[in-house]
Amino acid sequence: MNGLLEQMTEKALARNIPLSVQLDLTYRCNERCVHCYLDHEDHGEMTTAEIKHLLDEMADAGVFILTLSGGEIFLRKDFFEILEYARLERQFCVKLKTNAIMIHERQAAKIRDVGVESIQISIYSHRPEVHDAITLVPGSLQRSLDAARFLKSQGVRVIFANVLMVQNLQDYQGVRKLAEELGVECTLDPTITPMMDGDRSVLSLGVDQTALRQVFRDQALVGDVEEFCTIAAPADENALSALPCSAGHTACYVSPYGDVFPCVQFPLPTGNVRKERFVDIWRYSERMNEVRSIRLKDLTTCTSCSHVGSCTRCPGLAFMEGNMRGPSSQDCEKSFARTGIPSANMLAKKRASRDLVQIRIMPANSAQPTGAIA
Amino acid sequence: MSSLYVARNPRVAARSLDGEMMIMSGRDSTMFTLNRTATILWQAADGATSLEQIVQQKICTEFEIEPDEALRDAETLARDLASHGILQISEEPIVGGDSK
Ligand code: SF4
Ligand code: SF4
Repeated sequence: MNGLLEQMTEKALARNIPLSVQLDLTYRCNERCVHCYLDHEDHGEMTTAEIKHLLDEMADAGVFILTLSGGEIFLRKDFFEILEYARLERQFCVKLKTNAIMIHERQAAKIRDVGVESIQISIYSHRPEVHDAITLVPGSLQRSLDAARFLKSQGVRVIFANVLMVQNLQDYQGVRKLAEELGVECTLDPTITPMMDGDRSVLSLGVDQTALRQVFRDQALVGDVEEFCTIAAPADENALSALPCSAGHTACYVSPYGDVFPCVQFPLPTGNVRKERFVDIWRYSERMNEVRSIRLKDLTTCTSCSHVGSCTRCPGLAFMEGNMRGPSSQDCEKSFARTGIPSANMLAKKRASRDLVQIRIMPANSAQPTGAIA
Repeated sequence: MSSLYVARNPRVAARSLDGEMMIMSGRDSTMFTLNRTATILWQAADGATSLEQIVQQKICTEFEIEPDEALRDAETLARDLASHGILQISEEPIVGGDSK
């Protein structure tokens, strides 16, 4: 994080200010990505007036960084009205997330005029046959790349977001090369998010240990491989008092229906802006305050794990597994791929599975079994 | 000295955090924070009020400082902010300046 932003984040934390909010404007989408966790039906999105009112409330609450995402944001007919209001009337620092297939020269020029911090475009592969097979929209890679060029030529900061999964495992270097050629930035995310209703079936699209190990040993991605893959020193008192992440502390998420959550990846409902003021949910929601109260030392399995000091554990993913104070198996996999050392969670699961198949031999003349098959 | 007019650049992002202004330049996404004097100047920079009036009405009343010295400092500050694309400066009132 940039030094000044870090200072501001600390200040926001001390004053309980939600510095950064992701607002999804719609869950509707014009792509059908195989790994996507959203229900694309419109179940009553906030109206333009409701969104403007929310932006007023968020600006008054101190929100500075506003990420507009979806679904596909450009499917909202009022998208530019919302963007202009956010930027020019309420001075948010706006980041956009989009598949960009609806951005042509005219939209790119408009985005430049309004001034956004960055625009993140989902690119899964440099090969159309792979990218389009993920989005299920023929020609989508070409359209996204054309948009990136239009935006770049207008001087807008473009970032490619590449989610790694089974289908595009071999292509992340190709995407990085493409980004370099176009002069745009590139991020790689090896985490597939379960459906918000807890359905974990999409996780099977996630990459396996071998692939994670390959990614984590790619110097171009992680820098110093040895340092990245080393086991961190045991966490001391200070580290254990640390906050797990920004969710509920300086950041939160608002859905197209006005529901407020600690993070887009942490589907714990804390209130709805159609019923309560945004700032009241942020300050007084019991659930938000519960999330806020958790320190590393309160975690159940993780405190006994050798990775706790360096783990990327996501409390939202842990919540989706059933316990916001518990481990997140996807992060256990990452820690294991990095270091080769199984996590406390993996060891506990192994023990549990041993316990489950515990069959003891019965004494020949006993009527009652002394063991059990669970 | 001729009058100077200052206007906030509408393309920057800005939010007050505990009295201190956070600014993100729309030009290159650089982040700035403004101290109290610069924050007052920023908030008063509507394109229609001259720098001299801003200094007299907002800065000299807030800080015990000689008007001439305050104006010199404010002009340096305004030019510095303009060099980062945060403020626009002109010798004429700035039409279409950010009047909020
Ligand atoms: S770690 Fe998880 S819950 Fe926390 S900010 Fe990141 S995605 Fe959200
Ligand atoms: S590796 Fe797993 S058990 Fe260990 S700290 Fe991370 S999430 Fe917790």
